[in-house]
Amino acid sequence: MNEENFTPKITGDRIKAYLEEGKRFDGRTPDQFREIKIEKDISKKAEGSVRVKLGKSEVLVGVKMKVVEPYADSPDEGVLMTTADLLPISSERFESGPPKFPAIELGRVIDRGLRESGFIDFKKLCIKEGEKVWNIFVDIYSLNEDGNLLDAGMLGAIIALKSARIPHYDIEEDKIDYEKEATEKIPLSEPPISITVHKLGDNFLVDPTREEEDVSDARITFGISGEIISSVQKGESGSIDLEKMKEAIDLAEKVSKNVRKEIEKYLD
Amino acid sequence: MVQGEKKMSEFKRPDGRKNDELRPIEAKVGIIPNADGSAMYRSGDTVAIAAVYGPKKMHPQHQQDPSKGKLRCTYNMLSFSVSDRIRPGLNRRSTEIGKITEWALDPVLDLSKFPNMVVDVHIHITQADAGTRCAGINAASMALAQAGLPMKDLVTSVAMGKLDRTIVVDLTKEEEDWEEGEGPTDIPLSMTKDGKITHLQLDGKISPSQLKEAIDLSRKACAEVYEIQKKALKEAIEKNE
Amino acid sequence: MSDKQRKVVVPGEVIFEGEEYLPGEGTEKKDNKIISLKYGLAEESNNLVKVIALSGVYEPRRGNVVIGTVELLTFNGWVINIGTAQNGFLSLVEVPRYVNKDGLEEVMDIKDMVVAKITSSNKRGIDLTIKGRGLGKIEEGIVFDVNSHKVPRIIGKEGSMIKLIKEETGCNITVGQNGKILVKGDKIENEILAREAIEFITEKSFVSGLTDEVAKWFKERKK
Repeated sequence: MNEENFTPKITGDRIKAYLEEGKRFDGRTPDQFREIKIEKDISKKAEGSVRVKLGKSEVLVGVKMKVVEPYADSPDEGVLMTTADLLPISSERFESGPPKFPAIELGRVIDRGLRESGFIDFKKLCIKEGEKVWNIFVDIYSLNEDGNLLDAGMLGAIIALKSARIPHYDIEEDKIDYEKEATEKIPLSEPPISITVHKLGDNFLVDPTREEEDVSDARITFGISGEIISSVQKGESGSIDLEKMKEAIDLAEKVSKNVRKEIEKYLD
Repeated sequence: MVQGEKKMSEFKRPDGRKNDELRPIEAKVGIIPNADGSAMYRSGDTVAIAAVYGPKKMHPQHQQDPSKGKLRCTYNMLSFSVSDRIRPGLNRRSTEIGKITEWALDPVLDLSKFPNMVVDVHIHITQADAGTRCAGINAASMALAQAGLPMKDLVTSVAMGKLDRTIVVDLTKEEEDWEEGEGPTDIPLSMTKDGKITHLQLDGKISPSQLKEAIDLSRKACAEVYEIQKKALKEAIEKNE
Repeated sequence: MSDKQRKVVVPGEVIFEGEEYLPGEGTEKKDNKIISLKYGLAEESNNLVKVIALSGVYEPRRGNVVIGTVELLTFNGWVINIGTAQNGFLSLVEVPRYVNKDGLEEVMDIKDMVVAKITSSNKRGIDLTIKGRGLGKIEEGIVFDVNSHKVPRIIGKEGSMIKLIKEETGCNITVGQNGKILVKGDKIENEILAREAIEFITEKSFVSGLTDEVAKWFKERKK
């Protein structure tokens, strides 16, 4: 990581002091997301793809599918693989080369959110038990980094999965025929929404900009689908008091409902 | 030659284009706010994005050149840019194309004022339908200009080709898989406005005289692409006026 | 600005043709043609043609006031990151008071920010001083980045633009030539307003009559 352009400490002090009054530099309330912009089908070669903008943060997410042998312990279930790459194209802080920890964590936390929520009906992705199942690949790329890529990545993942069409699989030839039109959707239910709550000083906020994320003491990501929390990840070295943690849970639940409503129209 | 021309009149491209006709092009400058320069270039169903960061201090230090700055290009395809998913990360092909791109662009750049520094150019293909390295070079050339670097000219790139015996411009994937007659020959090349070739590659079978013909024909195609690059760069400033 | 002819040019573009034209900054003359060596705005006055870049990295110059961050303490001064490939160096003799060699961190420690002036910039390094009005360690405020090529617009003709922003917001503003800006006011609201005004200028930096635009912007914002 290139430390050159990290938010100066004195700016951070101002961010924290202002948050103490319940205010943020860009005029949002602490529980407010930035404007969410969605553009679907950004790659014709993907089974599903989407561009998500959260303010100035931007990610591309694509879904590809392939027929594979199932895992031995789940012979009648499809397989999910989620990867994330923080591309150097999106920030001077990211370098070329193998994924570093932040990218690995991002992919893993989104993967768990997708998997544990029961969003994907893996049983219906079985073609022939013990022999052939669908493998879904969800690949997440950052395009411009201005904070909260994780929640943006999850939004991209669920919308790309929702818009995806399963390609035509020729069982005799054992290959996918991309010439035939794909119409069938991936069997899905209530999507998980990822809400990352950040603690700055004694206060919480969601959907941080880069500046806010830089001065965050601790963060905690919740994967919430409907009323159910199905994944959590606390990150960074700061600690959160037990009672404060309960507040964070309430905040995440409330914000997840707002975000869910925001993206409703992209989920059909 | 007369015989060749007769052949040409019977020959039809799958998408109905004329032999010297490029696919529809779209270009946009300034697509990545964080970057010092950035651009998108689309040719038909091929889409490339490029971002420039720098000049900045070269790491690792042993690669620093005290006499001038260095250009460093990476090229990669997003996993879902093609039908069969590509594993994320660099491979041999992308490593080679990164270097080819560097060689294609370096001749127009003047980095003498930036000793020990590096200019990073990152290119990604978001959707691929052949000609991706050319689209990447076109996007990168605009991004470098937007980054305000001292530059003698823009670099323009086009994938020439030969299908059976006919020379055409801007091959699609379907054309790259041409099966009839002599099959396909792919000839990606890049040049400056005044006709200095900075990149030339070829895969296939072609006679020396036809290769020369292809090079001659590329001049016109590159001139068309150049106008689009120039327009996109001008629009990026003028839209704010 | 309006009395000069300005147009957007790309690298390699012929800006003017004719013996009478002279190549200035960002251009070269070849076969009687003035050719652009940069992407930017071409200007011509008295036959001298130059191209002003609107983007690109900061190039340090002697006399520039810059804002930087302390990266390292050495036995006789501070290494300051001013966003250039080469760090700046502030010697302890360039501090306007006596500094004990063992107590450098009491004056400035790692990650502290400072407003400094470049006394020399060459291949060997960039030397800084904090002797002078408005220079020294930054105690508080908001520091943020803009592209250094927008700095002249933020300052405006004879400082007219920056004066306007100071008056409208009541903030103290230091514009580093390296594109780092410090705003400090009584209330955070005012600091944010000043920052937003500056960001407005960087987005509209090609507009002519920008000072009036900014005055209008303030009026809208204060409604």
